[in-house]
Amino acid sequence: MSTATATGFKPRILVFSTNNISDPGIDLAGSRHMHYPAQVSTMNVPCSSGLKPGWILHAFEQGLDGVFIGSDGDECALLDDCGKRTGQIITQAQELMKAKGIAPQRLKMAALCSVCAEPFVGYMREFSATLTDLGPITAVAS
Amino acid sequence: MSEQPDASTSEQADAGTSEQADPGKSGDRRIGVFICHCGGNISDYVDVAKVRDALKDEPDVVVSETTLFACSDGTQQEMVAAIQEKKLDGLVVASCSPKLHQITFQGVSKRADLNPYSYTQVNVREQCSWAHTDDHEGATEKAIGLVRAGVAKTRLSTPLEPLVVKTLPKTMVVGGGVAGLRAAVGLADIGLGVVIVERASALGGWVAELGPMYPNEHSGREQIDFLIAEVAKRPSITVLTDAELVSKSGSFGNYITEVRVKGSHSQMVTAEVGTIVVATGFDTYEPEVGEFGYGIDGVVTLPEFTKLVDSSKGPLIYKGKQVRTIAYVYCVGNRQPAGGNEYCSKFCCAATVHASLKIAKRDSELRQYHLHRDIRTYGKFELMYSESRERGSVYMKFPDETPPSVAKMADGRLAVTVVDTQTGNEELTLPADLVVLVTGMVPRQNQGLTSVLKLPVGVDGFYNEIHPKLRPVETVVAGVMIAGACQSPKTLSESVASGLAAVTQSAGILLKGFAELDPLVATVDIAACAGCTDTCLASCPYDAITAVDTDGRKVAEISAAVCKGCGGCVPVCPEDAIDLLGYTDAQMRASIDSLSLVKEPVA
Repeated sequence: MSTATATGFKPRILVFSTNNISDPGIDLAGSRHMHYPAQVSTMNVPCSSGLKPGWILHAFEQGLDGVFIGSDGDECALLDDCGKRTGQIITQAQELMKAKGIAPQRLKMAALCSVCAEPFVGYMREFSATLTDLGPITAVAS
Repeated sequence: MSEQPDASTSEQADAGTSEQADPGKSGDRRIGVFICHCGGNISDYVDVAKVRDALKDEPDVVVSETTLFACSDGTQQEMVAAIQEKKLDGLVVASCSPKLHQITFQGVSKRADLNPYSYTQVNVREQCSWAHTDDHEGATEKAIGLVRAGVAKTRLSTPLEPLVVKTLPKTMVVGGGVAGLRAAVGLADIGLGVVIVERASALGGWVAELGPMYPNEHSGREQIDFLIAEVAKRPSITVLTDAELVSKSGSFGNYITEVRVKGSHSQMVTAEVGTIVVATGFDTYEPEVGEFGYGIDGVVTLPEFTKLVDSSKGPLIYKGKQVRTIAYVYCVGNRQPAGGNEYCSKFCCAATVHASLKIAKRDSELRQYHLHRDIRTYGKFELMYSESRERGSVYMKFPDETPPSVAKMADGRLAVTVVDTQTGNEELTLPADLVVLVTGMVPRQNQGLTSVLKLPVGVDGFYNEIHPKLRPVETVVAGVMIAGACQSPKTLSESVASGLAAVTQSAGILLKGFAELDPLVATVDIAACAGCTDTCLASCPYDAITAVDTDGRKVAEISAAVCKGCGGCVPVCPEDAIDLLGYTDAQMRASIDSLSLVKEPVA
């Protein structure tokens, strides 16, 4: 158990979801009253391929401890190569993070389908545990 | 509260003078926030009064209230009154998922003469109270952050109007099989012009080759002939055979298409249409040589077998010899393991049982063995299955992992070895004169059409609809619909039903004469655009972005009518010159700032 847990550190996570695919999956987790940490907040966009790497960096700069992208993957109805595009965005974001000394483990991506309630909750618990071990981002960035 | 809408004299503006320099923070908006109890669905876990109080102090927020049920008629009327009395120019409702009530509260905005795109729905039920019933304090903190992010988004919203485009009262139907023909007749009867584009030299598709069909024993040919006669009666339908759609340009409601018509000399025909219905059908599965004995004389596919049955009378004769025993092997080419054709083709059980009944009625001595994984004669087809068993057909269920094998015996007959799960997994060898491989449907290879229309193809190779239940014939390409078995395996009646659904969708779009499109599309900041354009043009599979000359300078231009609003071009622009309306760079960053609730940036 890390010292961060002992001091009551609860990592704050920003999730980017997509309107038609992953956001309904995240909704479903709530509809089933499945629990994940309340420090997880979701912002939705039409498609994960439209996320700017700069927004991810901005979230870290604003003190959020982790960013998770619930991508459309193969299910994207808008772009055939959505998974590849989102992957490129992640790569670019990681370069920006590296330049700022932000640990790469603070950014995660997984394809989430419109009924992926259980996987989402699992990812959040796991990610939260990883970030708890890493400690608050202030400690990393300063 | 000042009644003066002019921001410069309002209370909020006075309070926010120190932030005037930043348009995102300045007190020049008048936003109303309503936080819903949802009975107790939200308020049992989120302290809604605390959220309300936190939002009261937010810049630009002039109304912050809680409501028992935001969606109730009474509350909606109160919101309309508040918008008008307080002269609100932005609305935020924190309640359930936008999938449920975004449209409801956009409607409230419209009724109060507030631009519906200045409305933001904040999901504090599915994504907050319900997910954190174990952490009331955490849920309340989270809700405050989410609502502040919603306010930040509305603060930076600009009034948007739906894009109104005129539409042409004409539909192109690609594919002249049963779904396409029935759709064409329906389209003509509803008052739309129709162009049928058929790749083959004659209309009819697969159904034209079928004999008597369940339940009324009309042949496929007769049914197609009936539809072709109906098409011929309608002068508003143009039929192009030996024809292929080779290009599509223009935008929703006004597509310009080019069709290559083969003949003694090929020619190009241009057709301007409002919508396109794709009904290109399926292909039948072709087994590999050696697959269940395919390639051995006497092993035939379902289409080969039905043709043999329908083209003869009396006892079945195959290559000069009377057939006394038939073995059917079901699910060939379908329900395959992961990576193969995993789906069920739906029609093949019924078609096989029907064909076996037809031949049983002609030869009462015939022995028929049906080797299956499950018999799926659903709905009314079940009656055929019962009759087939009554007439002596034997059904044997084999295990998924132990399929039957087919070999040729010394006497020239066929031997089918099967494990029968219903007789204690006993292995049996059945002699047979004919083995019918019950082959299902596979997606038709139509790479040309797929790329011309930018049709979305699913992992199974069939075309994808927007929503399998609620929007079953629409595709993400506005005004392009799919019908029949190009979408998924379907029976004849299901194909016709989806063809008629496509008629309704086309009529819904075209009969008004105009269409309204969602304005949440990508836009280019011309001043920031460096004119490199290669990257953004390549990023758009819908060809919504073009390079144009503006004042002697090359810049990117995005057609709002063609743009699908995915935002895929936004991150690729090296100059950050592209924004997606409703999700602009400023809105996203401001929402992140509000969510993070951190005073000092950390990096």
